Amino acid sequence: MTTETTPQRSGLLLPHYRRDDASHPPLDSSGYRSSALRHPKRPLHLLPQYLTEVTGPLLGNDRVSETDHDLTVGHDGEPLGERIIVSGRVLDSDGKPVPNTLIELWQANSAGRYRHAGDRHPAPLDPNFTGVGRAMSDDQGEYRFVTIKPGAYPWRNHDNAWRPAHLHFSLFGQAFTQRLITQMYFPGDPLFHQDPIFNSVRDPQARERMISRFDLDSTVPEWALSYKFDIVLRGAAATPFEDEEEDDD
Amino acid sequence: MAESAELTTPSQTVGPFYALPDGLLWTDGPEVVAAGTPGALTVRGTVFDGNGDPVPDAVIEIWHADERGRFSHPADPRGESAAFEGFGRCGTDPEGGFWFRTVKPGPLPTPDGRTEAPHLNVTVLARGMLNRLVTRVYFPDEADANDADPVLSSVDLDRRGTLVARAEPDGVRFDIRLQGDAETVFFEL
Repeated sequence: MTTETTPQRSGLLLPHYRRDDASHPPLDSSGYRSSALRHPKRPLHLLPQYLTEVTGPLLGNDRVSETDHDLTVGHDGEPLGERIIVSGRVLDSDGKPVPNTLIELWQANSAGRYRHAGDRHPAPLDPNFTGVGRAMSDDQGEYRFVTIKPGAYPWRNHDNAWRPAHLHFSLFGQAFTQRLITQMYFPGDPLFHQDPIFNSVRDPQARERMISRFDLDSTVPEWALSYKFDIVLRGAAATPFEDEEEDDD
Repeated sequence: MAESAELTTPSQTVGPFYALPDGLLWTDGPEVVAAGTPGALTVRGTVFDGNGDPVPDAVIEIWHADERGRFSHPADPRGESAAFEGFGRCGTDPEGGFWFRTVKPGPLPTPDGRTEAPHLNVTVLARGMLNRLVTRVYFPDEADANDADPVLSSVDLDRRGTLVARAEPDGVRFDIRLQGDAETVFFEL
């Protein structure tokens, strides 16, 4: 092992975030038509993980109020649909919890309609449902949302195309390298097989990691059913440089 | 060790509807620093697709150090900056435009003793994009630092210009081209 470029030379000892390319969809995914004009055609250029990459925005409690995790409150009445609790942990790929990180959620209402001028699906808007929530993971990485199960909705990607019911999740983690936007799906959805966004993830086991599991233990009797969804971000390897990582057993 | 590691949750598109009321966008999102901050500049740009058409439903996020090259973050081993959040978020308008008000960051040391020129890290999200794109903004008045930058100097000379913003009276312009002859250099992390 060479010691010509040691971290001590500049006094910087930085974490290194492990890649997991196999889990993620390709930017060019022919079944998903909107990707055709929106993916780079040149190869991506490798960006070293220097200070800008191993740090990241620590957006905190000033962005989240006490009821932001509950999408069913804040209006004059109750939203229509099936009330659900979605909870889980934010972890990294080393199995460590990611604490105190901002989680953003947005979704369609129970009729499959977004509160957005661009949504032309002629399903009703719900005056008591906006479809946006925020939460912070706690010091163990745990988070919890209360919301309404979203409906499926049609889109024009292919003949008789419908999106499976899903929640959008946005996470920052603790480093620029960990930023993740994903979607949570519901177990047993009959629309998985024809959805090019879900199926853009090539590895069937990776697709399973986007499907929540029904969670009877967290269900509140006579009030809400519950789903568990753990989210795994890239982990920081214990050693900062790849040539040192290879020395680990 | 690698066997015990968890596999990550896959990325999915941000979709077209992130701009729900009080949703993924924040009203102060493009304002990394307050109006009137000494040294404040505006970073403006347009996102173009493979037809050269503007992308009206993208989200651009920036992340960068403060003017001294410091991050308000525990992974910066040199000590935290005072109160600089360093994060901005802007949805594109119907013409594909975005903007940020911020300050030019300072240069940064690398672990192997080199120096990075002032830069902004950029995340591009949009409908049709199954994973985020990452690029960087470098500054046009930093020619020497840019030449010595370990990232920029590793990019083919004929494409390096896509990462350097153009000077404007109150800041810089940085257009993002997802495809085409002048396709922006995007990075894998």
